[in-house]
Amino acid sequence: MNASACLDISNLSAVLPNGARVLRSVSLSVQPGEVRALVGESGAGKTMIGKAVLGVLSPSVRIVEGDMLLEGEDLGRLQPKARRTLIGARTALIPQDPLTALNPSRRIGPQMTDRLVRILGWSGQRADVRIRQLLDEVQIRDPNRVLKCYPHELSGGMRQRVLIAAAFAAEPRLIVADEPTTALDVTVQKQILRLIAQLQREHGTAILFVTHDLGVVAKISQKVSVLYAGKVVEEAETAALFAAPQHPYTRALMAATPRYTDPFASLKPVDEAVLAGLAAEIAAADQAWRRPHG
Amino acid sequence: MDDSRISRHGSGARLWLAGGWLLLALLAAIFAPLVAPQDPLAQDLMFERLPPFWMSGAEPGFWLGTDSLGRDLLSRLIFGARIAFVVAFAAALAACLVGSTLGLIAGYFGGWADRIISRIVDVWMAFPPVLFAILLVAVLGTGLSSVIIAIAVIDWTRFCRVIRAETMGQARMDYVENARIAGYGRIGIMLREVLPNVVPSIVALLSLEMGIAVIVEAILSFVNLSISTDDPTWGGIIAEGRLSIHQAWWVLVFPLVTLILTVLSFSQFGEGLKARFDPVLR
Ligand SMILES: Nc1ncnc2c1ncn2[C@@H]1O[C@H](COP(=O)(O)OP(=O)(O)OP(=O)(O)O)[C@@H](O)[C@H]1O
Ligand SMILES: [Mg+2]
Repeated sequence: MNASACLDISNLSAVLPNGARVLRSVSLSVQPGEVRALVGESGAGKTMIGKAVLGVLSPSVRIVEGDMLLEGEDLGRLQPKARRTLIGARTALIPQDPLTALNPSRRIGPQMTDRLVRILGWSGQRADVRIRQLLDEVQIRDPNRVLKCYPHELSGGMRQRVLIAAAFAAEPRLIVADEPTTALDVTVQKQILRLIAQLQREHGTAILFVTHDLGVVAKISQKVSVLYAGKVVEEAETAALFAAPQHPYTRALMAATPRYTDPFASLKPVDEAVLAGLAAEIAAADQAWRRPHG
Repeated sequence: MDDSRISRHGSGARLWLAGGWLLLALLAAIFAPLVAPQDPLAQDLMFERLPPFWMSGAEPGFWLGTDSLGRDLLSRLIFGARIAFVVAFAAALAACLVGSTLGLIAGYFGGWADRIISRIVDVWMAFPPVLFAILLVAVLGTGLSSVIIAIAVIDWTRFCRVIRAETMGQARMDYVENARIAGYGRIGIMLREVLPNVVPSIVALLSLEMGIAVIVEAILSFVNLSISTDDPTWGGIIAEGRLSIHQAWWVLVFPLVTLILTVLSFSQFGEGLKARFDPVLR
């Protein structure tokens, strides 16, 4: 365990009501001010880890073991109310779908200031100044108009800028970014990614950056965890991972990532042999896990 | 409810037409003593079964003719609007308050709350509504308040079902999760985040329900189970008109037209308002 970490997850396991294990003894940590990428294919459990940290797992998913420390505070040991307050004050989410993440019936302005006023107890004026400052940081040039808009009146890119501004506004220590560019078109993706990286540097916020795109991992993160079927199969410094991937799955994932120079030639599925090896690895891990847990 | 999403362009005209008629009827009801040309209760056997103004034999001052006791039909319709509107507003509001609250709770909290509330709704809806109303009024005794209570008691389930479903849809949205991450309490999220998104549906239902309340009141009056005073009600006038249909068709037709126009206007007005209210549709 790492007491100085911003987020320290150790041995986190979660099961579904049917007993299937969806997180398999996940350990990962995010140091203050660091971007940790969490990469894996669809269904690997990336979102679930993010939700577990933020305390919004669906009730049907049960955490059966493991600890989550947010700035040294054990989330599992806190009373629900204290946990909510802690999470509310120290974390934020940049979501995948910027449309449904904004309340459709409320204007952007009140929606953004509300949190600062009601949760952090700021004055309305202070919150307003703060929000405008953040809108400027995410390069929204006409804040007066945007603050008066309803979410559906903004483009996807603008909505995501608003959500990034909202996420950084309360100066959280940790931001969970769950595929924040997936729902956007390619040109906007790059701008949004650059913005997140820039604000992250300026504010020194730690980010757990969920993605399935190794290209994004390379651009934004310092450390990376590779997740497969709820199990961290490899963890490394980003540069080291790309220089010398250790796990066969990581290598296969890299081979499966299309390159701009040759977009079609390299689009191949993960190798059968690698998948068989992974299945064996996971079966062995579950076997070892079941013994002490009945 | 969802057809408003398709026909949003027609919503302007129908909103104004329906709203216009309702406003006219409402003003007539409020200022009935001032605008009614005659005393609605005054009988005059000299003037019985006068035809409406364009037919031969009509008398000036009795625009829509008179009934078999010589009472002025227009004045009776205007005074009848008073009871219609009182019942519409009171019963619909009561049904809305109870039904929407329970629907919001069931849809947002789910689990046990939802199971209990949904089961009650299912049982409730197993009763045929008109029979249920007649039974209730028979038990409560006739009178304005029992009519209102009966309608509210029967029709809160309409609000509950619709609002529950809408709330469930909203509760799954990411903005609710975002609010939870921010640290808002559950009830706060329900009231401040989710409720505004179901308000357009509540408004549409409320208006629809007012129309339904007008019909139910008319039915109860028709079977002589509504208020027991001499005050004219649309249903009562229709019941009387039915008896003299061959001698004086107008006594049946005018209150029927008034009733239908009002009921239609309430439902169209509600749909129009919803389309107007909903920021996503606007
Ligand atoms: N509430 C739930 N109940 C049951 N199973 C769930 C629930 N939520 C997620 N799962 C399952 O858990 C697994 C992990 O889901 P998760 O959403 O974390 O994947 P992901 O890595 O975020 O994938 P994606 O890239 O598609 O977002 C999936 O197999 C999913 O079907
Ligand atoms: Mg996901």
